[in-house]
Amino acid sequence: MTIEYKLPDLGEDIETGDVIGVFVSAGDTVAEDQALLEIETDKAAIEIPAPSGGIIKEVHVNEGDTIKVGQLLVTIDDGKSNGKDTKTKEAPLTKTEDEEIEEIAEKEVEEEMNADPEPEPQKPDTTNQELDEAEVDLKTKEDLTTGSEEKEVLDAPEPASKNPAAASPTIRRMARELGVDIKMIQGTGPGGRISEEDIRNFSSGKKPKTKTKKQPPEPPVIETQDSEGKTDSDKWGGISRTPMSKVRRLTAERLTEAWKAPHVTQYDKADITELEKLRKEFGPEVVNAGGKLTMTSILLKVMASALKAFPQFNASVDMENGEIVYKKYYNIGIAVDTDRGLLVPVIKDANKKNITKLSVELSELSEKARNKRISVDELQGGTFTITNLGGIGGTYFSPVLNTPEVAILGISRSAVEPVYIDGGFLPRLMLPLSLSYDHRLIDGADAIRFLRWVIEALEEPFKLPLEG
Amino acid sequence: MSNGENKTQLAVIGAGPGGYPAAFLAADLGLEVTMIDPEDNPGGVCLYRGCIPSKALLHSAKVISEAKHSKNLGITFSKPKIDLDKLRDWKNTVVEKLVGGLGILSRQRKITYIQGRAKFVDSETLEIKKTDGEIMQLKFEHAVIATGSRPAQIPGFPNDSPHLLNSTSALDLPEIPKTMLVVGGGYIGLELGTVYAALGTKVSVVEMTSGLMQGADRDLVRVLQKSSEKNYESIMLDTKVLDMKETTKGIKVTFEGEGLEEKELNFDKVLVSVGRKPNSENLGLENTEVEIDSKGFLKVDAQRRTADRNIFAIGDVAGEPMLAHKATHEGRTVAEVIAGRDVVFEPNAIPAVVFTDPEIAWCGLTETEAKEKKINIKVARFPWGASGRATTLDRNDGVTKLIIDPETDRLLGMGIVGPGAGELIAEGVLAIEMGALASDLELTIHAHPTLSETVMESAEVYYGLSTHMYKPKRDR
Repeated sequence: MTIEYKLPDLGEDIETGDVIGVFVSAGDTVAEDQALLEIETDKAAIEIPAPSGGIIKEVHVNEGDTIKVGQLLVTIDDGKSNGKDTKTKEAPLTKTEDEEIEEIAEKEVEEEMNADPEPEPQKPDTTNQELDEAEVDLKTKEDLTTGSEEKEVLDAPEPASKNPAAASPTIRRMARELGVDIKMIQGTGPGGRISEEDIRNFSSGKKPKTKTKKQPPEPPVIETQDSEGKTDSDKWGGISRTPMSKVRRLTAERLTEAWKAPHVTQYDKADITELEKLRKEFGPEVVNAGGKLTMTSILLKVMASALKAFPQFNASVDMENGEIVYKKYYNIGIAVDTDRGLLVPVIKDANKKNITKLSVELSELSEKARNKRISVDELQGGTFTITNLGGIGGTYFSPVLNTPEVAILGISRSAVEPVYIDGGFLPRLMLPLSLSYDHRLIDGADAIRFLRWVIEALEEPFKLPLEG
Repeated sequence: MSNGENKTQLAVIGAGPGGYPAAFLAADLGLEVTMIDPEDNPGGVCLYRGCIPSKALLHSAKVISEAKHSKNLGITFSKPKIDLDKLRDWKNTVVEKLVGGLGILSRQRKITYIQGRAKFVDSETLEIKKTDGEIMQLKFEHAVIATGSRPAQIPGFPNDSPHLLNSTSALDLPEIPKTMLVVGGGYIGLELGTVYAALGTKVSVVEMTSGLMQGADRDLVRVLQKSSEKNYESIMLDTKVLDMKETTKGIKVTFEGEGLEEKELNFDKVLVSVGRKPNSENLGLENTEVEIDSKGFLKVDAQRRTADRNIFAIGDVAGEPMLAHKATHEGRTVAEVIAGRDVVFEPNAIPAVVFTDPEIAWCGLTETEAKEKKINIKVARFPWGASGRATTLDRNDGVTKLIIDPETDRLLGMGIVGPGAGELIAEGVLAIEMGALASDLELTIHAHPTLSETVMESAEVYYGLSTHMYKPKRDR
């Protein structure tokens, strides 16, 4: 019996993903649960396992494809006797749209008013073309990267249509909030309907579809492009264009969103001379448990206690209802630098775990993040974030909030410094800390109290069991 | 409380369908609000002397005409007896119930309601003459002018005569006259004409231009005109009223126009409904930066802000279309702007409904407008003769039509004539606001048997594939 295996529902509202690895090809024999391909979604990279053992008859996707939930991935012959039918559900995509459009073109309506004798140059040639283009966008993304990317036109912008913007009232409001003139946008939806994504793309400078750029789906020959279509030049010299990875694009979008919160960053130093001794002393014990005792894992514990002591740092802002949302759980995200970009795995219920357990969990999650084995669930639900750049260097920096969280702690490289204590300078190991906070909810005085609490806990470890 | 120390964050002048929603939302968004209106409760013209009482009377007219109409169905009633006092009382109860409710809603929101009239002393102060005679000053951070409009008068007519009615006095139902002339074939005259005709008055309509309901779609008006010809004594188009003289029994009217049988006619009552004028006078606007255009409307921007930054204007006083629901939406927009949100008044479609029999309703782009603006459109019509529901109502006289952008199939406008058109138009407004395509209407299941199916079927007509209208394709 052949199985037509389609991309299953991945939960978490994930509808599409980019194929970043195909591990099987036609003729391969696979075991049940063996990884068939890897896709990258908005939230995480996910491996898609085989639904059953058998022989791969056909692979329907390629690396780089963007695929949807329900899209056919592979055909597998499971070797079981005499399948009457191909086991499948109906493919969701309609393919008769072209025919339908032709009918429309031919159809009779009662009246036609062709008031404009000369067609506007900015208008699309035909509805057909627009549809073709939309399909190109969906199906053959690789074409776009190899040359059919529409050229930016520098002419003065023209409204996309004389008619009112094809966008719902909610979307029109959103455009205004983002400072986008909705009339300039050509929507990618049916009939040019403008979606939230269209506005975000337009606002972030990615203008995939203004009407000035209507082109046939065939890659056009543009003089300035070389045969690869990837390099180009502007008037100052050569440039090249690379599509953003999903992680990069999401990072950019989220940070742009986060930047709307008024940020303030408070800097301070903690004297960790004594703590460092303890860290070295107890380090081997933690290694035995399967983790690594780092400043970050100690800070996980300290922050969990600090967040309990200062609930407004473990909160988010609901401007729409004018409410502060206090979280009763303490989930701390750790920014991890991976070769795919920045990921933030979240350690759940950090307050309920000891430092050894936190160290083990931190090692595991960072490893998973780097190896693309992290699940969506492990990247969500944070209430506070720690970002440690000390491994690379630097003194202070201003972290951007991981909204809807309202505070983030940046850690830089500790250094031995002369500190004036009791009438003389002593060499002390100082750890630079940068606390960014959302000023809508947190005032400067609260922020420095919070940061001082953290520093005292680092300088006097007894504070934790005493107050935390 | 009569010194200059009174302060408010937001002063709303006029508590009609623009003013009270603005005040309510502003209060809900945390502002401290004062509302000033001469009536004892919010409601304005719409509730006291407009939409609501006229619809109450139109409902009674509908009962009468349906009873008459039912003889086609084999049901005959004897001639209705009309207890005018009771009818008037019922109409008044409707109004009182609604405005009383608004008063409660206003108090629940802790809005300060001042019964009186306000005038601007400067750009941040109002002088209020309260109904009880007291005069007070009120400082405001923001003000919203929502003073509405009033019936226009024709100078030289016996405007003080008890036989000359305007929309306000006509709604008071002083009596059921034997004959009545409606001057002006617009929606107000036709609605009130419908009421009086149903109550038994012989109603004539005189209109200067060549058709009733100027500005409305001709396809729709044609249907209304046909039924009006049956209900009314006469409809005089392209006809001017040259003169009116009060007589002992009524008013003698002199007409000018071609093909008139008589140049002079006597009427018991004359209802003048030749439009409405914005209430922009006597507000002390000269003491502010607010600008007024040549028609008396206050000039406003997309946020409904006047040239005076802290003063906003909404509703009839801020320009056409003079419709209650447009005022309401403007009012809510303004409340959000004042509360600090960056929003604008930007509807893609404003519905207009005329509650005649049959009703006329439209929204978005009209054919006429498309012609003027040189917008390429296609029109799809579905006559109600092919509607099962219309047939069961014995009302096959309706039409549903769609105005569609042929490039994208997007719905740009909708027009309906027929009973219930006012309710049916809501679907078109939503569809236009959402950027829906004709195919969205076509592929949406509409309940059977309802008149709403005509919306779906007119979308089917657009594609040449209507179930109940066979139209073979012409070969090209």
